[in-house]
Amino acid sequence: MKFSWLSATAAVAVGLTVVRVVAFTPIEAVQGPAQKIYYIHVPAAWVAFLAFFLVAIASAVYLWLRDIRLDRFAESSAEVGVVFTTVVLTTGPLWGKPIWGTYWTWDARLTSTLFLWFIYVGYIVLRGAVDDPSLRARYSAVLGILGAFLIPFIHMSVYMFRTLHPMPILGQPAALARDTNPALPSEMRNTMLLALLSFTLLYAAFLSARYKLATARGIAEAEVRDA
Amino acid sequence: MVDTLGAAWLIARKDLAIEFKTRSAFLSAVVFALIALVIFYFSWDPTAVSATDLAPGVLWVIFTFSGLLGLHRSFGVEAADRAIDGLLTSPVSRESIFLGKALANLIFVGSIQIVAIPALVIFYNLPLGAAALPLIGIAVLAAIGLVAVGTLFSAMAVNTRLAELLLPMLALPFFVPIVIAASQSTAKLLSGRPVAEAAAWLKLLLAFDIIFLTVCTLAYPFTVED
Repeated sequence: MKFSWLSATAAVAVGLTVVRVVAFTPIEAVQGPAQKIYYIHVPAAWVAFLAFFLVAIASAVYLWLRDIRLDRFAESSAEVGVVFTTVVLTTGPLWGKPIWGTYWTWDARLTSTLFLWFIYVGYIVLRGAVDDPSLRARYSAVLGILGAFLIPFIHMSVYMFRTLHPMPILGQPAALARDTNPALPSEMRNTMLLALLSFTLLYAAFLSARYKLATARGIAEAEVRDA
Repeated sequence: MVDTLGAAWLIARKDLAIEFKTRSAFLSAVVFALIALVIFYFSWDPTAVSATDLAPGVLWVIFTFSGLLGLHRSFGVEAADRAIDGLLTSPVSRESIFLGKALANLIFVGSIQIVAIPALVIFYNLPLGAAALPLIGIAVLAAIGLVAVGTLFSAMAVNTRLAELLLPMLALPFFVPIVIAASQSTAKLLSGRPVAEAAAWLKLLLAFDIIFLTVCTLAYPFTVED
């Protein structure tokens, strides 16, 4: 693997973020140290949504321009997005157990994230099941676009489900406090901004590495076909 | 527009004629739905949860799974001898092919419902009463959404190496809003609440139908071009 300035910068930025989160950011008064997972959870969620948003955009533009690079970009972004969604779905329950008293609750946001994961894992499986590059690109573009239409429906239906049937959530005050979104102390806010920046860099680094792999694979596939 | 729908009707009739001659998919889907109804009945404690509470979920879960059986067959029949190529070279728009396939699937899914819903009412001893008419409305709305998404994924799945294994994986996440909305509105109706209380769910189903029928019809031509 060749040296990449982007990857190196991202690695340093994530390292600095971790140091700042652990050593130089105050511990939250109500939740204690558990709250610090927030500096990984929220940036990972941001990157996951960004990644899937870009999949939908690249998919739509692919069907218009038919540039194979857009398909490779969508493929790469989807895979990186699934990795970050897995981080979100792992860190969330770890925080939820001490704070909400439960690993999982069928909240609209949690459920939508879980379904994002299902859709884009399906997207990756679909790509693996089609051999013809052009057919694969068109199929995955269609799924990439449809997925973007589905998420609002999942969110809406689960939101309405919960509104009609309220479920007990332990640690409600903490959850409420989060939803009312009080102003963060400046140290915490700056740590969060740093974390968001470093995770976005990490996304760019992963995306670029995965994109190179997709290009190399595309060339290899073409050679096999022509031989 | 008239031509599009006329051609779609011809294609739907072709599919229904094949199904009517063989009845293979229909019989297996109906028998599956009935067996599933019975299995679900024995999967919980009837003294703890009343049948009326369980029935909506059972009905719509079975509806999606038995629907998948028909949806897979929809483009599966075209795969043999590459019959789909004949369909694509015929002077019919791609949108007509999609709408025709979707219409045939809608009739297929609706026919299963015509057997499964009365069976559910009898087996689970449901107090249907005034809820009967609105329930038909829910069934129609749910079937349109299921068929719109399912027909598109059926067309895609049949050309992959995983074939029928891929269809549930792609389609089921899209069926989740349908199952939630249909089950919740059915539960309202069965517990004797007025239709107005289920209105929000019905609107959600309607919005799903309009958006996905449009998007899937527009997306289908992209999946078949050469």
